[in-house]
Amino acid sequence: MSSAEVVLRVKDLKKHFPVHRGVLSRVVAHVQAVDGVSFEIRRGETLCLVGESGCGKSTVARSITRLEEPTAGTIELNGVDITALNSEALRAQRREMQMVFQDPYSSLNPRLSAGDIVGEPLTNFDLAQGAELEQRIAKLFEHVGLRPEAVNKYPHEFSGGQRQRLGIARALAVNPSLIIADEPVSALDVSVQAQVLNLLIDLQEEFNLAYLFVSHDLAVVEHIGHRVAVMYLGRIVELADNADLFGTPLHPYTEALLAAAPVLEVDGPRERIILQGDVPSPMNPPSGCRFHTRCPYVLPECKRTDPPLLEVAPGHHVACLRRPVGDSGAPLSIA
Amino acid sequence: MASTTAGAAAATTPSSSKGALKWARRNKTIVGGSLILLTLVVIAILAPWLAGDPLQFEPTNRLKRPSETFWFGTDQFGRDVYSRVIYGTRISLIIGLCVAVLATAIGLVVGVLCGFYKTVDTILMRVMDGMMAIPAILLAIALITLMKASLLIVIVAITIPEIPRVARLVRSVVLSVRGRPYIEAAISSGTRNGRIMVRHILPNTVAPLIVQATYVCASAILTEAGLSFLGAGTPPEIPSWGNIISLGRTFFQISPWIIFFPGLCLAITVLAINLVGDGLRDTLDPRISRRM
Repeated sequence: MSSAEVVLRVKDLKKHFPVHRGVLSRVVAHVQAVDGVSFEIRRGETLCLVGESGCGKSTVARSITRLEEPTAGTIELNGVDITALNSEALRAQRREMQMVFQDPYSSLNPRLSAGDIVGEPLTNFDLAQGAELEQRIAKLFEHVGLRPEAVNKYPHEFSGGQRQRLGIARALAVNPSLIIADEPVSALDVSVQAQVLNLLIDLQEEFNLAYLFVSHDLAVVEHIGHRVAVMYLGRIVELADNADLFGTPLHPYTEALLAAAPVLEVDGPRERIILQGDVPSPMNPPSGCRFHTRCPYVLPECKRTDPPLLEVAPGHHVACLRRPVGDSGAPLSIA
Repeated sequence: MASTTAGAAAATTPSSSKGALKWARRNKTIVGGSLILLTLVVIAILAPWLAGDPLQFEPTNRLKRPSETFWFGTDQFGRDVYSRVIYGTRISLIIGLCVAVLATAIGLVVGVLCGFYKTVDTILMRVMDGMMAIPAILLAIALITLMKASLLIVIVAITIPEIPRVARLVRSVVLSVRGRPYIEAAISSGTRNGRIMVRHILPNTVAPLIVQATYVCASAILTEAGLSFLGAGTPPEIPSWGNIISLGRTFFQISPWIIFFPGLCLAITVLAINLVGDGLRDTLDPRISRRM
């Protein structure tokens, strides 16, 4: 898998939102929603972005699709830097990168029929017309498990899960190489979540798609992810293969996140890390390591030095001063 | 929301005559207002058959009371007020309709552009604000004095002050719609801006625009009458309700019928249009009516 071509390469992505105040709405500060995020996604691979609310994971997704203009950094889609493109050139690149939205209720235009919604990307890129268009729409409906007769129905006639299937069909329509899914199942019932996730997995195998999957739900991430990036306050603090991250989390924040997820405790109660305090404001992030204000293993050094994201084991990146690479190449243990 | 619009759509297109009757009983204001308007339109079209020459002077019949020969009496030149009022219906309806269509069309374009492009917004909306700061009737008088009075100039002069109101309405709808996820979905699936505006944003403006157009129409008719009354409206050779009232005001105390009948027609017309407007607002946007 590691030899597969890179579909998306994000380098040092930053998105700062100006904060306006006063009569003249002067810019008084910046919310550093995303502050230097880098990662790659290969063909056929799912990278999950996890983190708590407000950590910037959705902003990463929206910046990559340029629904938000990134403040700095580069985004390479199949080798083309899309941060520098003008709107028409960007529009052409959107064929390779489609998005699935969180809310299947508001992301479909209530005035358009299901067929029109799914067919719109095809019309946008002049890929099909007339009978051919109808045929391709019917095929897309079959791909996502909807009856092709449903093309004339309107969004409010579908259930939540079916609507999300429509959203997925719309994203698939132009055969993109990358699908960015921003919490695609968090608005759905648990039983429907599983169906939609399995549909996404099946489609990935069929079309060799790359996914950037944003979620706050670790169970969902464990189910669908190949690699996982954990975000905290606009930074990636740990990036590893699925099994590595869930098996041997190396960053204290990841540990806390995993400990917070509900699991069946068959072998007696787990050792739990409970974080103290709130997430600091992204307008004024802490010095040094951004996690030091809540870290249970904090060192004096953490307040001064901002730890870089380093590869401490093959494919396992972590940004923590307590995880330097030892002489043997293996990461040192905490404490 | 979706179910209410579907319900409204079903209500406005009754499938059977029974359904139509039910719909009419529930929307008495629309039906009543439309019937009055329809009558007025018929009168305007059939004016040459319904009335005599509105410009014919009969100095022997000056300031006659309403009678069998002169239903609404005569004015100081002996002209038949009835014929003049009937022909005046044409002017009022033409002006109301033209201004409503023009102001809505221009306001729609301006509003959509302002709502969609921030730079256009800052420039055009300041112009609109400036236009709104000038009282409509003064702006119209200024425009008419600059140019020779004609029906077209009157229409243009009344339309211009109405544009900002429509533009503001459309802009506010566009601003509220453009942040919705389905617009972002359209952008990210590669939809061109023009198509987003026409296909995803414009349909949302239709209901409030229809309602606004009726109010623009009513206010245009009133403004025209006001302009004519001030002597700045339609030229005297074209009878309009406004200039009939204007000419009659000097004889108000001895022959009130000269201003009574055109005034009555004016009131009925504006009332009918407003009834239709209110009724449409209630069916097209039930949330507003509940709030009021």
